Amino acid sequence: MAKKPVRFHLNGSEKAVFVEDGQNLLDMLRRGIGDLTPKYGCGQGTCGTCTVLIDGEPHLSCLTLAETVEGRQLTTTAGLASGNRLHALQAAFMEGFAAQCGYCTPGMLMAAKALLDRNPNPSRQEVVEAISGNICRCTGYEPIINAILEAAKSGDARHYG
Amino acid sequence: MALHRGRGFASINYPIGMNLGGDPSQALVHSNPGGKFMVALSSIDLGQGMKSVTRQIAAETLGVPVEDVYVDTADSDTGPHCMGSFASRGTHRVGNAVIQAALEARSVMLEAAAEELEVDPADLVTDGKGNIHVKGAPSKSITTAEACGAAQFKQGRTVSGRGIFLIPLSEVDPETGEMTPVSCFAHAALIVDVDVDDETGEIDVVQMNSAYELGRALNPRLVEQQLIGGAWMGMSHAAWETTEPYYPERSHGPLDFNEYLMPGPGDIAPHDIAILERPAPDGPFGGKGPGEMCANPVLPAMVNAVFNAVGVRIDELPITPEKILRGIRANGGARPPARRN
Repeated sequence: MAKKPVRFHLNGSEKAVFVEDGQNLLDMLRRGIGDLTPKYGCGQGTCGTCTVLIDGEPHLSCLTLAETVEGRQLTTTAGLASGNRLHALQAAFMEGFAAQCGYCTPGMLMAAKALLDRNPNPSRQEVVEAISGNICRCTGYEPIINAILEAAKSGDARHYG
Repeated sequence: MALHRGRGFASINYPIGMNLGGDPSQALVHSNPGGKFMVALSSIDLGQGMKSVTRQIAAETLGVPVEDVYVDTADSDTGPHCMGSFASRGTHRVGNAVIQAALEARSVMLEAAAEELEVDPADLVTDGKGNIHVKGAPSKSITTAEACGAAQFKQGRTVSGRGIFLIPLSEVDPETGEMTPVSCFAHAALIVDVDVDDETGEIDVVQMNSAYELGRALNPRLVEQQLIGGAWMGMSHAAWETTEPYYPERSHGPLDFNEYLMPGPGDIAPHDIAILERPAPDGPFGGKGPGEMCANPVLPAMVNAVFNAVGVRIDELPITPEKILRGIRANGGARPPARRN
């Protein structure tokens, strides 16, 4: 099978990997690079837990061809904290008990980061819409919505991560 | 077309755990020489908070800071036996086993401390901050780390403990049929308000209000979160989820998340919860377990709310728009029952 070199930035660091024909971005990140923060849920773009940011926009990495990220800027949950200082969203999720089993959490965080980066003061309805492509089976969504609103209120969501 | 508001009520008397041949769980606790404690379990944290709650229980019983306790779960090859995380049994069964194991480990830790301080172990108390001292004489003191280190390197003791909690098999009395399958019940009542659209048959859940009696809420934020999430699951079971929409006919069964319906973040309703604490005599620090009961009362309450709204009695879940519309048609229109004031 043909392999193709791809160069991109992941959480600020330059990466260069060989990808297989048809390999999806989630597989490349998890298996090729070893970033296990994006999760494999359904593999067909309906659960949202594989969400990563490409040039700041949320994308379903399980449906994205790996070779299409050539030259792009990628952000995953691994890039949210700066050192041991948590991103405001991570801190708000933790404080607000916004995770139970935790499997949806990386996708929720990335969807929320994309929202707050373009809209630092979202309404509740805007938060609901931003995470409507992400399925959570445990929390009932309420604590997640509240945590995102809290992170926005804390105002430093854009300062790091 | 009209929206009909309806209110439904349900209450629940929920048994904690089950007893088919006896219901045991085990825990093993040991310290490392630095005075940190490991709790080994085979019980699984499904996200409900088993690790957090058993960690609190172990720390409280040992008399050490919660940061000094690590809970290792979910490897049945290396952990002691557990029946599993089901039937809302985790906090109650595993918590009791952890208390027993932690008490044994604590007594060894106090013996080691007593030997170092040259006092009677019965005179020692812990301050919960990592210190052991003579009761009434805080200056006669040793840290838990020093005591565990001395046990390991000077005294040749293992600071460890074994715990098991067993609800034994309850035989059925052949004369009366009487038995005691469970020792502990939790209770709840829930009210749900819905709007039913008599043109589309769709339900909008408007508000939930509930009261839960769970023994002692060992971690109140976790309990509240579990109840909110569980009510969503109940709502989802009641009006969205099914693998067999036309059972026993197999057609139209969902195959993936595109077709398997669940309420999304835009479908949820405000939920006010009152938690009543009546500590259970046989529960760990009085705790019972929210477990499955956080979903259960939502289902009958929603069915009752639909009946109250449009007079359609749904007797097969989920409450789909199709069933509501067929019911309305069979009744000759939306016919809410007469309301008692």
